Amino acid sequence: MRAAEQQAGPAGTRWSARLHVVTGKGGTGKSSVAAALALALAADGRRTLLVEVEGRQGIAQLFGTDPLPYSERHLADAPGGGEVRALAVDAEEALLEYLDMFYKLGAAGRALRKLGAIDFATTIAPGLRDVLLTGKVKEATTRTAGQRRTYDAVVLDAPPTGRIGRFLNVTAETARLAKVGPIKTQSEGVAALLRSPMTAVHVVTLLEEMPVQETVDAIADLTSLGFGVGRVIVNATRPPIPAGRVVQADELRAGLLAAGLPADERTVTGLATEARDQAVRRELEDSLRTDLVELGVPLTELPLLPDGVDRAGLDRLAEALVRAD
Amino acid sequence: MAPPPLDVDRILADPGVRIVVCCGAGGVGKTTTAAALALRAAEQHGRRTVVLTIDPARRLAQSLGLNELDNTPRQVKGIDVEGSGGELHAMMLDMKRTFDDVVLQHTDPAKAAEIFANPFYQAMSSTFAGTQEYMAMEKLGQLHARGEWDLIVVDTPPSRSALDFLDAPARLSRFLDGRMLRLLLAPARTGGRSMFTLVTASFGMFSKVVQKVLGAQLLTDLSGFVAALDSMFGGFRQRAEQTYRILQARETAFLLVAAPEPDAVREAAYFASRLGEEKMPLAGLVLNRVHRPAADLGAAESLAAAERLAEAGGHEGTADVLRAHAALAQQAVREQQVAQRFTEAFPTVPTASVTAQPADVHDVDGLRTIGAAISRP
Repeated sequence: MRAAEQQAGPAGTRWSARLHVVTGKGGTGKSSVAAALALALAADGRRTLLVEVEGRQGIAQLFGTDPLPYSERHLADAPGGGEVRALAVDAEEALLEYLDMFYKLGAAGRALRKLGAIDFATTIAPGLRDVLLTGKVKEATTRTAGQRRTYDAVVLDAPPTGRIGRFLNVTAETARLAKVGPIKTQSEGVAALLRSPMTAVHVVTLLEEMPVQETVDAIADLTSLGFGVGRVIVNATRPPIPAGRVVQADELRAGLLAAGLPADERTVTGLATEARDQAVRRELEDSLRTDLVELGVPLTELPLLPDGVDRAGLDRLAEALVRAD
Repeated sequence: MAPPPLDVDRILADPGVRIVVCCGAGGVGKTTTAAALALRAAEQHGRRTVVLTIDPARRLAQSLGLNELDNTPRQVKGIDVEGSGGELHAMMLDMKRTFDDVVLQHTDPAKAAEIFANPFYQAMSSTFAGTQEYMAMEKLGQLHARGEWDLIVVDTPPSRSALDFLDAPARLSRFLDGRMLRLLLAPARTGGRSMFTLVTASFGMFSKVVQKVLGAQLLTDLSGFVAALDSMFGGFRQRAEQTYRILQARETAFLLVAAPEPDAVREAAYFASRLGEEKMPLAGLVLNRVHRPAADLGAAESLAAAERLAEAGGHEGTADVLRAHAALAQQAVREQQVAQRFTEAFPTVPTASVTAQPADVHDVDGLRTIGAAISRP
């Protein structure tokens, strides 16, 4: 079923959250998945915001655009007339914006920056940095223009699994440093949104041992901290290798001859080796998939994009995400 | 165009090489490569080797006897060094503990306890972006200074970007030597010139804002932390610079680790040019997880044959094997194209391709196989 035919939300009940936090071990392709999800949720006249917070300019690289500034820009059209906007949140800019909003700093703010004060403040208190980043995400998620929300959904390309719990757990981090005042209030507001049904955290993984282990650990961590886990997204899966019995050398030789191919010893043993390796790989992938299924979190598999991630590839991933069951 | 082959054994056997740094994007098998090279140096080349791992997979760590994270090298038992006389030691970096050790070394226990209790220290020692990179460098410096090992193999942190590893020491020492720290320590000393007046004025305002936003307790904690740092880390920049110079020296060999995927190769190319700028010795590229068909049949040919078999009926097993072979052959071609991008940009960098293993490596035998594969590409 297409997204537009669903009544429950941007792409049906399966993506019912408004803020989608996408994490995963480094190298699993979480940025590509986040971008594809933003495209998927923007389909058919909707508008989404894709946010990055780590200063990597990963979105610009994915879409082949110039580095993103700290402002919400048109990034891509989605199928059916939708729009994806992008934002690279910078902690310094967010702090200046924040101070300006509350204290009208103006030129003094710029002087502070020149002095390195902003860098200093966000360096010495990483929790402060995170609350500024998530604060900006919250603002974009809840922003309205007139009666209408500015964005149907916000997708956050979040820090990797190793840091995600701490990143989202802003109240705990800031409470250590700020016992009272607006930062504390701000972080409580952010925490309330992040723990509400409006937010879903999705974990991207590969069918490899370490990413799966980190996924299991991250989900336990997120759950114990009270965050809602949305989906586990298995990225870069290969088409299933036909199951079953091991093909013997004699059988291969006969088959090759029947197909009119060379059936010399080298070809036969070569193919037999390949088949054996694939069977080993398949067995490992099956057991990892079982580990993931046992988590009890909905699982979505995305295909490997053999030619790397380009726009056509992102659209393919987006389609697979919309179809997710 | 084929790159020159990488002779890893020559590097591992060379008594002049004391440090091998493995770097590259996350998820390309960096830690496994570091462990495999260290094992090979001990077993094949008789070197007293230590491998510093950052965040190893649990089972890999266990295979090296690293059941606890105690931040000191432990000798790895059960490896085959009878003939060579080498040794392998392994450790896992504990970032916070390394930071704590630096504090303990530079101050008395009472003062150290005070620093450990400071919330800013707690935040910084466990979460400061770059602390892990800095502490990896600090630990490398320590291991090097102890002079107990012939060879130190270092795995680098899974940074958001591999470059953090080079930049973190400079950033941290810049931060510790920064104007902000000095201002916080002696806000009243400045004055006189108009520029300074402006600076002092906005700084006064800054602290007022901080006080308003975060509360007065925070400023007290902050100045306590800053004062402690200042007395301790006088030589911080010096240490960072020392390690940096070691990395530039002839005794160090950098190995880039990548997989034949666009992102990982782009990162490797970026790192290669950066090492050039920093005058750091790049010894070669280890390309992991390369797929190589074992049979010499073209992809199109195999697919067509599989179709013929399917039409004729029977031989289903062979048809499946041929389809799988075609996919593998196609993947191999694509991987070569991706790897070629690196070779075109850096034609002189020696390269070793390591065939993808069907299963993950998590025992000494597996590491040995990888080590052999790297040295006989």
